[in-house]
Amino acid sequence: MKILVPIKRVVDYNVKIRVKTDNSGVDLANVKMSVNPFDEIAIEEAVRLKEAGKATEIIAVSIGPDKAQEQLRTAMAIGADRGILVQTNDEVEPLAVAKILKAIVDKEKPDIVILGKQAIDDDSNQTGQMLAALLGWPQGTFASKLEIEGGGLKVTREIDGGLETLMLKLPAIITTDLRLNEPRYAKLPDIMKAKKKDLAVMSPADLGIDTAPRMKTLKVAEPAKRKGGIKVASVDELIGKLKNEAKVLS
Amino acid sequence: MSVLVLAEHDNANLKPSTLNTITAAKKVGGEIHVLVCGSGCSAVAQAAAKIEGVSKVLKCDAPEHANGLAENAAPVIAGLAKNYSHVLAPATTYGKNILPRTAALCDMQQISEIIAVESPDTFQRPIYAGNAIATVQSNDAIKFITVRGTNFDAAASSGGNAAIEDIAAKGDSGLSGYVGAELSKSERPELTSAKIVVSGGRGVGSAENFKIIEKLADKLGAAVGASRAAVDAGYVPNDYQVGQTGKVVAPDLYVAVGISGAIQHLAGMKDSKIIVAINKDPEAPIFSVADYGLVGDLFEIVPEMEGKV
Repeated sequence: MKILVPIKRVVDYNVKIRVKTDNSGVDLANVKMSVNPFDEIAIEEAVRLKEAGKATEIIAVSIGPDKAQEQLRTAMAIGADRGILVQTNDEVEPLAVAKILKAIVDKEKPDIVILGKQAIDDDSNQTGQMLAALLGWPQGTFASKLEIEGGGLKVTREIDGGLETLMLKLPAIITTDLRLNEPRYAKLPDIMKAKKKDLAVMSPADLGIDTAPRMKTLKVAEPAKRKGGIKVASVDELIGKLKNEAKVLS
Repeated sequence: MSVLVLAEHDNANLKPSTLNTITAAKKVGGEIHVLVCGSGCSAVAQAAAKIEGVSKVLKCDAPEHANGLAENAAPVIAGLAKNYSHVLAPATTYGKNILPRTAALCDMQQISEIIAVESPDTFQRPIYAGNAIATVQSNDAIKFITVRGTNFDAAASSGGNAAIEDIAAKGDSGLSGYVGAELSKSERPELTSAKIVVSGGRGVGSAENFKIIEKLADKLGAAVGASRAAVDAGYVPNDYQVGQTGKVVAPDLYVAVGISGAIQHLAGMKDSKIIVAINKDPEAPIFSVADYGLVGDLFEIVPEMEGKV
């Protein structure tokens, strides 16, 4: 069984981002970049399936600038067998990402594609569902548990009311939620080994995909700031303020 | 211009998220139709027909829609979409699961989780966990949009009198099947629409200790929430999680107990009207967004508060 894991190079989740003063976007100069955390969970899950003898090969794929090779090396250090970079300096929207991934799937013929449920930069939460639509495959989104069972995939999903379990036919799309697993840290020997793994580079045009955007960002602004309030000294004072000042308790 | 709104429901009741989405549809303008895709969902269609501002309800009632499987719902919505300028769904796990699949079937780029409608083609949406707000313009022929409910008031659930039209189902995809669900049962208000939310974090320390949070919530008639740390530690189930990747809430009163205030948590609650923080660490970031902060031992403060409200 072959698993494809798409990953995105994003601003590290610990970075406090700054909006550019001309409101054209977010300042990404000299900011630490990492693998999108949900994608790291996706790689870890694929590696666990391989360690359990269920998967035979893991391919990591990224769409982005040349530097996204760093994130592909990280994926290979965690355990992906090889990498593919679809190199572009343009911002690629989720639908175009899904089209590129479909072209890769058509070539590589994986049984499962595991993606992060969303990237922490644009917070779109679309790519996995779109890829599933384009391929005509079932989708197990926001997964917190994955079991291969009788030739299908049993997936537990985190939904608003609790948890839901679905049985999917293979091939299938999975998108990861936070509690699917806790990704390991890559060990130094694995980081060294990852440098020798195969990494193919191609362009969206090589795959015949048009990535022209459908949306235009007119403005990026700071959200309205909350003013810090006051500290109260006691429960009585707190309740008094909530009743008489804020009027949220009666 | 006309807008199709995907109703969220459990075949018996319409979910409140549908009402917020309809308000967003009103801001877009044009006629509003609601699609109820379910099984034995006549009561839901009737409730949708009474919502103020809705002119037609489309009901797709078939066994394969009983559990809201995206593989079955997306082709139905995609088949209708060409008749509309906009297709809206709530940005809940239901809408987030189904709508992007539908948008891709129609070769359209979705606009996710909008918080404001500036014009029929221009919307505001949070990016970077709400640390920036992007204004985006779509040039797609059909705008597929998910709507963050807390940023739009609920439409009135009465006053309307829309016609209900049955539409044909497209059959079971055979790709996926429903096995079961473990839903949290609670008499408390729903987290995303509650007027008061009491949330606990890692500082609460255990599932057992979480009872003091629940007692305070029950005294206040509040919903119970939690930080990711508390969910990861197993104190409460996943559906309690408030934050960037959990639920976004904006109640009149949000009480954060033993929550330090990571940006991922703040992203889920900073639009609350009044925020109270109870934490033993006076330097905790949660105090920078709290209207009222109380530094101290939550195990003394919370029971005292419960006794006095």
